[in-house]
Amino acid sequence: MVLIWAEEKEGILPRSTLEVLSMGKKIAEPLGEELGAVLIADSNRAAGTLGKKGVRKVYAADDPALRDYRTEPYTQIFTSLIEEHHPSILLLSHTSSGKDLAPRVAARLNVGLISDCTQLDLQDGSLVATRPMYTGKALAQVTLPAEMNPKIFTLRPKAFPASEKEEGGECEVIIVEVPQLMARTEVLELKKTPKGSLDVAEADIVVSGGRGLKGPENFEIIEELAQALGAAVGASRAVVDAGWRDHKDQVGQTGKQITPKLYFACGISGAIQHQVGMRNSKCIVAINKDPNAPIFKLASYGIVGDLFKIVPLLTEELKKIRD
Amino acid sequence: MKIIVCVKQVPDTNVFIKVREGGDGIVTEGLAYVVNPYEEYAVEEALRIKEKFGGEVTVITLGPDRVVEAIRTCLAMGVDHAIHLPESDDELDPLATARVLTEAIKKLDYDIILCGKHAVDDGASQVGPALAEYLDLPQVTFVRKIEIAEDGKSAIAHREVEGGTQVVKSSLPAVFTAEKDLNEPRYPTLKGMMAAKRIQIQILNHKDLGLHSLKSKSRRLKLLPPPERPPGKMLQGEPEEIVKELVRLLRDEAKVI
Ligand SMILES: Cc1cc2nc3c(=O)[nH]c(=O)nc-3n(C[C@H](O)[C@H](O)[C@H](O)COP(=O)(O)OP(=O)(O)OC[C@H]3O[C@@H](n4cnc5c(N)ncnc54)[C@H](O)[C@@H]3O)c2cc1C
Ligand SMILES: Nc1ncnc2c1ncn2[C@@H]1O[C@H](COP(=O)(O)O)[C@@H](O)[C@H]1O
Repeated sequence: MVLIWAEEKEGILPRSTLEVLSMGKKIAEPLGEELGAVLIADSNRAAGTLGKKGVRKVYAADDPALRDYRTEPYTQIFTSLIEEHHPSILLLSHTSSGKDLAPRVAARLNVGLISDCTQLDLQDGSLVATRPMYTGKALAQVTLPAEMNPKIFTLRPKAFPASEKEEGGECEVIIVEVPQLMARTEVLELKKTPKGSLDVAEADIVVSGGRGLKGPENFEIIEELAQALGAAVGASRAVVDAGWRDHKDQVGQTGKQITPKLYFACGISGAIQHQVGMRNSKCIVAINKDPNAPIFKLASYGIVGDLFKIVPLLTEELKKIRD
Repeated sequence: MKIIVCVKQVPDTNVFIKVREGGDGIVTEGLAYVVNPYEEYAVEEALRIKEKFGGEVTVITLGPDRVVEAIRTCLAMGVDHAIHLPESDDELDPLATARVLTEAIKKLDYDIILCGKHAVDDGASQVGPALAEYLDLPQVTFVRKIEIAEDGKSAIAHREVEGGTQVVKSSLPAVFTAEKDLNEPRYPTLKGMMAAKRIQIQILNHKDLGLHSLKSKSRRLKLLPPPERPPGKMLQGEPEEIVKELVRLLRDEAKVI
C-alpha cells in the first residue's frame, strides 16, 4: 500500500494535501498498490472527498483531542498503523506539521526519510526523489533502499500538481483506535493570521517590495498592485529588518521559499539570499532603476525605471482590463 | 539550566555553489564556511536562558576539522563548553547525524536542547525531531519565542504554522528548533574571542560513542546544478507603453494573469 497523510483543516483538504494525494495515486497505480490515507481530525467528514479522489482505504482517527496537531499522539497513530498494515511508501506534505512528524516517525521505525522533495520519479520500480540543496543552488537525486518499508518522503508544497478530478469511487473508512494520549505537550492557542492577508507561500501571485520603496508608508502602492492582481504582498529582508513589513512576508533564504506562478520584485536588488526564495517562480517581473541589479538575471520581464511611476501605472492598466 | 545547542557549519550563503564534474558533490576548494544561520538564534536563546536562570551552555558540532572555526565563533559569543564529533557531515544523512549527536548528548546532563529549524546546506529539517525521538523527549519545532516557567520545569513556545502561530506548552527537558527572529543574535566580542581560545574543545569519536556500523539509509545518486532560467526580455520605451506591453505579455505570452 501507498499511504498518504491527508492533513485537513476543519473538514477541508488544503491544496498541499491534494498534491500529496495526486502523487500517491500516480505512484500507486504503476506499482499495482492500493492507495490509503490517514485522516486525523475531530471528525472524519473529509473521508468522502478522499474516496472521490481515488483513495481506497481511509484510516480515520477522530477525537476532539486530536483537533490540534501534536507530535507525540500523531506519531503513535502513524507508527501503530504502519506496523499493522506495512505500507511500502508513506507520503506527507513538507508543511509545518509534516516536517515535524516525518522525522519522528522515521526515527521510531528506524526507516529512511527524504524530505522536501520537488520531484518523485519511478525508475525500474523504485522511487528516485529530487530535492533542492544549498537553498536551491543545487539539486540532489536521492533514493532509499528498496527492501526497507515504508520509504518516507515529504513533498514540498506547490511543487506538484494538485488532484482535481473527482471520480466518485467508494472508499472504506477504518476507524483507528486513539491511543492513550501522551501529555508532554499541550496546545494552548492557535493565533490565526488575520483574514484578507494572503500567505506568500500559498498565493499564486506575489508582489514584493524592497528597500527601493524608501519607507513603510510607500508600500501602499505595492498593496494596491497586489489587490488588483489578487496577490499576496512579499518583502525583502532589508525591509523586514527595518521593521517596515512582518517577517512572515519575507521571501528568501531566511524567509519563505516560494514558487508562485507570477512574482514581482519591485525595488529589490536581487541578492543571492533573496533569489533562493523566488527563483523557482514560473514568471518573474523585475522593476528596478538600476540596470545592473542582479534581479534582472532572473527576470522573465525586466523594466528599468522608477517604481514610483511604473507600479501605479501598472495597477491602473490592470484595473482597466478588469473592468 | 543545562542547555545544549547542536550547531552545524555550512557553506557561506553569500557564495556561489558549484557542482563538481560528475555530480558527486560540490567544489569545496576556496569555499567559505559559517555557522548555520538558524543556530545563531539557537545559541543566542541558550545564552539568554543561562543569563536568566544560571547554568551552562554546551555546543555540539559534527563535521570535519574545519568546523572548529564555527565552534570558536559560538564560544566567542559566550558558550561555556564545546564538543566536536569528527565525522564527514557529507556522508551521514540527517537521521544518521541525529544518531551520532544522540550518543554524545546521552553523556551529558540537559534541560533544554536547541537546534536550528534546518541546515541551509541540506535543508532537511530532520535532525531536531529525530534527536527528540532518540532521546525520548517532547519537541517544539520552528519556534519564534520561548518562555521558560519560573520553576524551570516547563516552557511555552510559539511555533510558526501555516496561517498563524501555535502556542505550545511543553514539559522540560525538551528539544526546540529555532526559526528566524527568535531573537537578535549578538556578535562575538574581541574579549569573547580571546576567552574562547582558552576553552578546550572536547573531541568524541565513533569509538568513544560506541557506534560501530552506522550507515545512512538514504543514498545520493547525483548532484545537479539547478536548471537555467530561460533568457528574459527587457521592456523599453515610455512608462505608459512599457506597462501596456507588460500586461499583454503576462496575459498572452506567459499566461499568468
Ligand atoms: C544569512 C543571510 C540571510 C539572508 N536572508 C535573506 C532573505 O531571506 N531574504 C532577503 O530578501 N534577503 C536576505 N538577506 C539579505 C540580502 O543579502 C540583501 O541584503 C537584501 O535582500 C537586500 O534587500 P533589498 O533588495 O530590498 O535592498 P537593496 O539591496 O538595498 O536594494 C534596493 C534596490 O532598490 C532599487 N531602487 C531604489 N530606488 C528605486 C526606485 N525609485 N525605483 C526602482 N528601483 C529602485 C535599487 O536600485 C536597489 O537595487 C540575507 C542575508 C544574509 C547574510
Ligand atoms: N553536523 C551537525 N552537527 C551539529 N548539529 C547539526 C548537524 N547537522 C544538523 N544539525 C542540527 O540540526 C538542525 C537541522 O538540520 P537538518 O535536519 O540537517 O536540516 C541544524 O539546524 C542543527 O541545529
